[in-house]
Amino acid sequence: MSRGYSRRAFLHQAGRVSLAGLTCTVAQSAFGGWLPSGISDLPGTVNKLSGYADSIQKSATAIQKAAEEFTPEQEYYIGRTVGAVVLSKYRAYDNQKATHYVNVVGQTLAQASDLPETFNGYHFLILDAEDINAFATPSGLIFVTRGLLRCCSNEGELASVLAHEVGHVQHKHGMQSIEKGRVTEALTVIGLEATKTFAQSDVASLTRTFEGSINDIATTMISSGYSRAFEAEADQAAVTILRRVGYDPGNLIKMLEQMDARLKPGGIDFAKTHPSPKSRIQGLAKLVASGPALPPPAVREGRFKKALQNV
Amino acid sequence: MTKTMSVQVKKCPLRNQPSFLGKVVSTLAYGDQVSVREERASWLHVATGKGEGWTHSSALTPKKIILNPDSREVRASTSSEEIALAGKGFNKQVEQEYRRQNRNVDFTWVDKMEQIVISQTEIGSFLREGGLTAEGGKS
Repeated sequence: MSRGYSRRAFLHQAGRVSLAGLTCTVAQSAFGGWLPSGISDLPGTVNKLSGYADSIQKSATAIQKAAEEFTPEQEYYIGRTVGAVVLSKYRAYDNQKATHYVNVVGQTLAQASDLPETFNGYHFLILDAEDINAFATPSGLIFVTRGLLRCCSNEGELASVLAHEVGHVQHKHGMQSIEKGRVTEALTVIGLEATKTFAQSDVASLTRTFEGSINDIATTMISSGYSRAFEAEADQAAVTILRRVGYDPGNLIKMLEQMDARLKPGGIDFAKTHPSPKSRIQGLAKLVASGPALPPPAVREGRFKKALQNV
Repeated sequence: MTKTMSVQVKKCPLRNQPSFLGKVVSTLAYGDQVSVREERASWLHVATGKGEGWTHSSALTPKKIILNPDSREVRASTSSEEIALAGKGFNKQVEQEYRRQNRNVDFTWVDKMEQIVISQTEIGSFLREGGLTAEGGKS
């Protein structure tokens, strides 16, 4: 599997920006400091430009097959734990009104995806952080930061961000970040297991593999990022989902344009590790007609502001 | 020939029409087997001992899910792509062991967010009032 990853966050940069009357203070996402065991030695430099789109494409089928060896139930336990790792780094933002609204928008979008049913459903949570970031774990736990919410100027833009994250879940990008060897290892232990309850040695062995899998995903999600190919795939899924629900997919391009305007070339993590917004916009150009978007209905404006005005 | 499939998610509501906005007429459990009667895009009309109705295909797998496999079934699963084992591999027991070894990884909010449920009625109103559609649920 190619290790040529770029950083994964949907939005992520340093600077201070003002959008639609909302001010976003954007801090560089700090993923230094504490991480669970095994994630502390994150690769500092990732060789992100090693022609990875092609190599990933070539190995994608094999990896996807390996990732599919896990049942949705196992994917659920992996997703829960990756979520807990995210929530051990970030504090949850305890705002019931905002959380409820993000869940209504998010679950509506998830139902319109190609993977509306996961083992225990999609659930969304806001992270109390200034970073502009979002994460999606296998099986459908999706996290967005307050910083990211503050940069969405309407419901359609929020929907574009959430739909992109649903796209990562739908395409099982997290599961595909698990090292192939680890998948084989896990399946071997499961195959050896002969009784209803694991023997202690099997539990120990599986837990090691489990921990390794969590670390593979968390490292990819938090530190090294998904490949350009995966980001493009999530963007494409987002366009489809937005269209099905009736949101203007141009909102995704608007978000990317805002990112592009805020990036400082060469200086920061996002610029270093992400596919450039421009390249993502180019990729979307074939799917989304350019031109001014229709103004969103007043109802959407009203409920968006009501739920998120104080976030 | 009727196709047999199994529920691969925790709970699988059956609806009276091929849409998430359809009324739930019955709810199936993980591992339940169904007979597929009709396919309409990504929606399947299925029949079980618990009744019949529509479900999105992503809730089902062609594999037979064995809830409490014995050793023979476990061995068979390794050489068969037609069988999946419930509760095996990465499961609650493994999560608990992971948590014991990683006490600084906090699951409190994961558990809380999993409790967030949005009713289909609310999603329906949200779509309608916002001038949106549930087309995705139908196709």
